[in-house]
Amino acid sequence: MNVSTETLPSVEDAIALGLTRDEYALVCDKLARAPNQVELAMFSLLWSEHCAYKHSKKLLRTLPVEGPKLVMGPGENAGAVDVGGGMAVAFKVESHNHPSAVEPFQGAATGVGGILRDIFAIGARPIAVLDSLRFGEPSSGRSRYLLDRAVAGIGHYGNSVGVPTIGGEVYFEGPYETNCLINAMALGIGETEKLVRSAAAGVGNVVILFGASTGRDGIGGASVLASAELGEGDADKRPTVQVGDPFEENKLIECSLELLEKGLLVSLQDLGAAGLTSSASEMASKGEVGIDIDVAKVPLREADMEPFEIMVSESQERMLCVAEPARVDEVLALCEKWEVHGTAIGEVTDTRHMRIFRSDELVGDMPVDALVDDCPLYDLEPEKPSAPLYPAPKATLSGDFDAHAALLALLSSPNIASRRPLFEQYDCMVGSRTVRRPEQADAAVLALAHGGAIGVSIDGSGRRVAADPYTGAIEAVLECAANLACVGAQPLGLTNCLNFGNPEKPHIAWQLTEAVRGLGDACRALDVPVVGGNVSLYNEGTEGPIYPTPVVGMVGELPDPGRAAQSGFAQEGDTIVLVGDFHPVVPASEVAKLRGHALPDGLPPVDLDAVRATHATVRDAVRSGVVHSCHDIAEGGLAVALAECCLLGGIGAEVDPECDERLFGEQPGTAFLLTGAQDDVAGLGRVIGTVGGENLCVGALCWPLGELRTAHAALAPLFP
Amino acid sequence: MRARVLIRPKEGILDPQGIAVERALPALGFSGVENVHVGRLVELDVEDESQLDAMCQKLLANPLIEDYEIVK
Amino acid sequence: MKFGVVQFPGSCDHRDALEAARRVADAQLLWHGDHDLQGVDAVIVPGGFSYGDYLRVGAIARFSPLMESVIAFANDGGPVLGICNGFQVLCEAHLLPGALLPNTSLRFICRQVDVEAVGDSAWSRAGETLSIPVKHTTGRYFAPEIDPAQVVFRYAAGQNPNGSQDDIAGVRNAAGNVVGLMPHPEHAVDALTGSADGLHLFESVLRERVH
Repeated sequence: MNVSTETLPSVEDAIALGLTRDEYALVCDKLARAPNQVELAMFSLLWSEHCAYKHSKKLLRTLPVEGPKLVMGPGENAGAVDVGGGMAVAFKVESHNHPSAVEPFQGAATGVGGILRDIFAIGARPIAVLDSLRFGEPSSGRSRYLLDRAVAGIGHYGNSVGVPTIGGEVYFEGPYETNCLINAMALGIGETEKLVRSAAAGVGNVVILFGASTGRDGIGGASVLASAELGEGDADKRPTVQVGDPFEENKLIECSLELLEKGLLVSLQDLGAAGLTSSASEMASKGEVGIDIDVAKVPLREADMEPFEIMVSESQERMLCVAEPARVDEVLALCEKWEVHGTAIGEVTDTRHMRIFRSDELVGDMPVDALVDDCPLYDLEPEKPSAPLYPAPKATLSGDFDAHAALLALLSSPNIASRRPLFEQYDCMVGSRTVRRPEQADAAVLALAHGGAIGVSIDGSGRRVAADPYTGAIEAVLECAANLACVGAQPLGLTNCLNFGNPEKPHIAWQLTEAVRGLGDACRALDVPVVGGNVSLYNEGTEGPIYPTPVVGMVGELPDPGRAAQSGFAQEGDTIVLVGDFHPVVPASEVAKLRGHALPDGLPPVDLDAVRATHATVRDAVRSGVVHSCHDIAEGGLAVALAECCLLGGIGAEVDPECDERLFGEQPGTAFLLTGAQDDVAGLGRVIGTVGGENLCVGALCWPLGELRTAHAALAPLFP
Repeated sequence: MRARVLIRPKEGILDPQGIAVERALPALGFSGVENVHVGRLVELDVEDESQLDAMCQKLLANPLIEDYEIVK
Repeated sequence: MKFGVVQFPGSCDHRDALEAARRVADAQLLWHGDHDLQGVDAVIVPGGFSYGDYLRVGAIARFSPLMESVIAFANDGGPVLGICNGFQVLCEAHLLPGALLPNTSLRFICRQVDVEAVGDSAWSRAGETLSIPVKHTTGRYFAPEIDPAQVVFRYAAGQNPNGSQDDIAGVRNAAGNVVGLMPHPEHAVDALTGSADGLHLFESVLRERVH
């Protein structure tokens, strides 16, 4: 049968869909003819940057992906690490930046939904969500709106689906004003032996779609392919916004896990970006098989959808599975029980082609390899920028340096103030595993049923990476590992989301290349493999690119969750020790931002061996049970860290260091404030003071706790 | 026939959604707006319109906290 | 002694309630579509978003086959506890007076609060102060005609998270066998995860059984 060519798109259509002329020519070459409407839609999506990682794949291959605890590495729906007892923790982070700028509530919500599907697609029960957000300064009405809606969307989806949101971070910087960042991370737990891969297998096996019905969500850009009869008034038939339904996903999780538990499936895959197109073709590619799909069998939400629309729809809460013919009835019955409609829509073949039918009519026929593997990969052409890329921030703290005012200004600054108004909108405890909630410890801690626990943190960096992409990226990894050390967790694996501007511009290519180099070096120094991740490029507008923003999520294991140290000071009379080889500098710090300083050209190098040793010292001390509190020194430097310890513990402190700008210098991930009985902790580092009283006193300067608390509550007005 | 049921919070019950909308409108330049309430709309095709009232009482509205109005 | 925990499509805290109940006695899940209560001695209607909170919180769940049996069980004097969404379902089913409205803040609030037990019932003993978390968007209790004797739990002074009338956190029916509360005792059964005060509710009904 020959494929229908009645609506043959032009090369201009291909370009409108995002392919280059050369890529279009390559497609024609692979098909030995011009692609038709359905085929062009599918190629344009699978060969897009988002799906094919055209500009980043070569770079990502330089990251370390091996480790003794690695169970599943990059390339599957999620990565997974061994946590003992025959169990594995699966995790991954993904971005949903561009949809969130359009509709922040649904963009953030569907970002959470999408990352959750990657987790249960491999047979792991989702147990936690964390999120990393970046917006413009809250002085902008638009950024306040995006923040409010994104937090509401994350809460709405996570709370309703029944997965706790246990941690996260949010930052406000001018360069994110027109390009906000919404990165969502999810974790799941499952038996190592039973984790599922997505490769389709078994010629003659049946392909089943289950979950929500298919509508026009996310089609947007591909609408240029619509048949000519549809006119102007039909713009509303083509929404770009995907709308999520967490109730549907809650049922989808139970159904998927029960299908897997009963051994009814050969493979499972979630539908995400590029919908059926990517899901089915990736299953076929991994299994080295072909797949036939009949779009007439796909349950539709709107009656008159064209085949290309059905194939590229990004309607949410849908899964694709493969089952042997003898098990199909059982699969469909289980879908009925959970009220997630299941339909057989296709078949595994030995043709190594993706064939799309509309009932008996063949409307698309493409080699699987061409779709999934043969997308050209590009080399970056990095070039260090000769001039600063970002304007200096506006000064909010001017005049002679006043340490008293500086600490209060930092505590009330949007990047440091308490995030309580945000995280109280999230259910952090469903599942009964949460041992450390937000603001209780530097990392979230989840108890595991078979004993022991995991620590989890998500950390990114933008401004510092802009100053020095290589060192800045290293610092982001160290910061994340430091948070884990505070709860006594040994890192097992890392997932990363790389948020950058346009990689075809040499200075952005330089940022990306240097950041990945730093990411790799830090992971190798800490012996932490990269288990998977995501890349979001082209985050720039007319005002310029975002800060280069690598975001890393790390999972570590700890034997005794009861010993996970709290962040805040715990006990009157405890000795405060500064642990680590700490060489803080002011350039690129939060106080430098408040003072309106431009970014420096480069950051001081980090001694990775020394930091690794420091982390081990802290981790071992925490595990031994002698540590009463532990907090790493991050934004705002030592002064802010001390204030945070006082506020979170509800007790003051008396501390020795001099009061000048070095009190506010930063070197993320390298130093800690640790407290305990003097005999237990004095030997771990430099003793700098004692816990007690109702003030934070540093040398001659004192701040009453009430004054610090008022400053620290500065974000509350953003959520009236 | 096609019926529409409008469901609104009972008078006297605090309606924070209504208040939020009432406060947001002046900020967008709309003045002279008062007494805003936010409710729900249920639309349905019914064969026997005499059943609508019972449907409202039993499921579509909660008479303790909501008033409803059937619009044909 | 066996607890039954109802599971609706969209329930979230049913497994937590199950594990909490298992700390004091036997417990099993009960599927919303069945009629059979399987001989359980007490029923827990858990938290979550049953039926997606569609139409109105709890409005659809109350009509499920299992709820018909729960209503009969309650009318026969069987102990029933509704937690959060469960409380909403029991109000919709008219097993408890009043209704739950959106929080005054219009936001979801997840926070540890102190709850005072102010009345006796199958599930409570007056005089205890319990540290228990709340997590909900629609928890503002409204019951203009309620008999004050039926108020069983109140938020401690200054800790009302949602604007409930008279700081009411939980109520009982006239007979005292059915209780509903917005706070989540099943998330306060282990000091490791916050507090173990919630166990008091599950232990109460055990004592009740013994007598």
